[in-house]
Amino acid sequence: MTERRLRILLVCGVVAVALLIPFLFGPYRVGQFTLVLVYAVAVLGLNLLVGYSGQISLGHGAFFALGAYTAALLIEKASVPYLLSVPAAGALCFAAGFLFGVPALRLHGLYLALVTLGLAIALPQLIKRFDGLTEGTQGLTVEQPAPPGWLPLEDDQFLYLLCLAVAAVMFLIAWNLMRGQLGRAVKAVRDGQIAASTLGVDLAATKTRVFAVSAGYAGVGGALYVFALGFVAPEAFTLTISFAFLAAIVVGGLATISGALFGALFIEFVPVYASDVNEALTGVVYGGVLIAFMWLLPEGAAGLPRRLRGLAALRRPRDEGTEEPHVAAPAPRVPAGKT
Amino acid sequence: MRGNWRVVWLALLAALALSLAACGRDDDEGGGGSDPGITDDSIKIGGSYPFSGPASAYRSIAEGAKAHFKFVNGNGGVDGRKIEFITLDDAYEPPKALQNARRLIQQEEVFALFNTLGTPNNVAIWDYVNEQEVPHVFVATGASLWGEDVKSHPWTIGWQPDYVTESQVYADFLDEEKPNAKVAVLYQNDAFGEDLLNGFKSAIEGTDIEIVAEESYEVTDPTVSSQMAKLASSDADTFLNITTPKFSAQAIAASAKLGWKVLHILNNVGASKALVLEPVGLENAQGIVSTSYFMDPEDPQWADDPAMTEYKQALEQHSARANPNDPFHVYGWAVANTMVEALEGMEEPTREALMDSIRDMDVEIPILLPGITVQTNGTEDGYPIEAMQIMQFQGENWKLQGEVIQAPH
Repeated sequence: MTERRLRILLVCGVVAVALLIPFLFGPYRVGQFTLVLVYAVAVLGLNLLVGYSGQISLGHGAFFALGAYTAALLIEKASVPYLLSVPAAGALCFAAGFLFGVPALRLHGLYLALVTLGLAIALPQLIKRFDGLTEGTQGLTVEQPAPPGWLPLEDDQFLYLLCLAVAAVMFLIAWNLMRGQLGRAVKAVRDGQIAASTLGVDLAATKTRVFAVSAGYAGVGGALYVFALGFVAPEAFTLTISFAFLAAIVVGGLATISGALFGALFIEFVPVYASDVNEALTGVVYGGVLIAFMWLLPEGAAGLPRRLRGLAALRRPRDEGTEEPHVAAPAPRVPAGKT
Repeated sequence: MRGNWRVVWLALLAALALSLAACGRDDDEGGGGSDPGITDDSIKIGGSYPFSGPASAYRSIAEGAKAHFKFVNGNGGVDGRKIEFITLDDAYEPPKALQNARRLIQQEEVFALFNTLGTPNNVAIWDYVNEQEVPHVFVATGASLWGEDVKSHPWTIGWQPDYVTESQVYADFLDEEKPNAKVAVLYQNDAFGEDLLNGFKSAIEGTDIEIVAEESYEVTDPTVSSQMAKLASSDADTFLNITTPKFSAQAIAASAKLGWKVLHILNNVGASKALVLEPVGLENAQGIVSTSYFMDPEDPQWADDPAMTEYKQALEQHSARANPNDPFHVYGWAVANTMVEALEGMEEPTREALMDSIRDMDVEIPILLPGITVQTNGTEDGYPIEAMQIMQFQGENWKLQGEVIQAPH
């Protein structure tokens, strides 16, 4: 009971802080936090795939790009209302993920990772080649959503709250999915495919569905990215962003919903501060922080309270009714070869 | 025990909320009345440059500009105001440049954006900057865009001779020296490459010069060797090399390796001896033709020129590790010098006054080639420099050829 109430309290606290942010900071900082929300949605999607189902994708930047360009083109070239572009980008990426997920059934572990890596390498080049539509390297400027006249909000505050609302919905959906039937099936597949299939879990359907959902999340994130930045260019979607998403789920905590938020904070703010330390050594500082972080908090940020509680639990008899055991999130499974 | 945990979390949240609140929404403003970024004793300007990534050779421009501002500050600044020049890294990626522009304007509250580098990067930010009505001046790109329609983007202006001017100079040169030239072109597939290529195409209209082969590359490509092989197998007798430094070097190396000996015209952005020609070997650079508009620090004819001596001394003093022979430093020095002239021409410390000053300039910048002036005229003429001189690489150095060629729009 306390566990549950504590968690509700914590969520309320985070929501309260999240709602306060646009009124406490200047427009540039608020813009950064808007990007955090954007990344959080994409990172959450990737975590569903990697953390919960144990499949590895190195190419979520590609789905993120697909979502971003879908939204950008719909808004700029087809004059679609911007709010409609979010579900459209999500749906398109869901479909793309579903199609992509079919071969993914046969591939797992590193093989799937490599295929998705190929996708991430190819997509920015493709965007440049179709420059009649995408404006190529030059990028596409997109008008950002502006607050309706009756709302006493600045542009940056409105954008932030808009992304917050979408992100909140996406988090709720993920939370609901993962504690429901799909979540149980997905975790069962991760922890033991043979056991899962003997229990009646359809391996193929489960994997495909989780891949599609994950891609859909990246797509929604991509659409929000367009809102947040008002600009898309292929350079935004290089391998770096795919790896940043991967780093974010590990830093935030594998197989946790809340970890996505922390991971997103990490990938937005650490590189910026790293470049403040030394313009020429940005990569070194960022990489160093990443290594240090993994050393100190191997379970990610979401593992910190669990760790603390785990320490406390050593000094008291363990609660009976808690839903999750006090252990670290499992590491991604390396395939043991074909089984 | 359980109660304790709740208290701990609440305390943590309260601490977080407090520390957030302490940051506050409104930052303190500068001196009253005037625009952000300018006070009675300081002017804050900012620029976004590729300090990392494929185009990081251009970082030398920022260093040259910084050296000039420090030199001016050392002599009392501009009307008693010291210039603070903030630079951010964008790795030559437009989305990062846009975030940098936002940061400079919203967070650092600069008075003006100065010399932000790269055509796609400036295209990414110019709508935003003009909306914010922040001067976006002397951008380090030669796109013809910046001066084309002054009314639609009144806060933006270029500086260097634009690519259309440059291609006009090449066309004039070829028409004079090689009127039946068959040209093979290698170009970077972005706004920069297309601007120069299209400028050249319209400049050779009505002449007997002809383009017989065209190949493009992406700035993210690892090499241009396959493109060069195709160009070398064409029947061209002239090679127009429209590339940024890394690829300029690759193209020169490739044509040497392929034994492709034709008249080689290398665009100005790739004509750095230290960064391009020396790494590929000066023996491979003999006879290459390019253009210039400022003094080459290695050209013996400027060795005793007062502008050159001043530059070399200041660079040594303020940026000890910099190589004074890097022409990008001279570029940075010259553009910063122009900025100082513009700031001195302001009638009041406002952003609008800066633009008024910049839109009505007629000054000589000592380190530019004699005969080249910085001239603007309101909405009529948005191109500060519109003249260049042909140079050819001979022996150890570039040698200026003929006279300055004026190529106004």
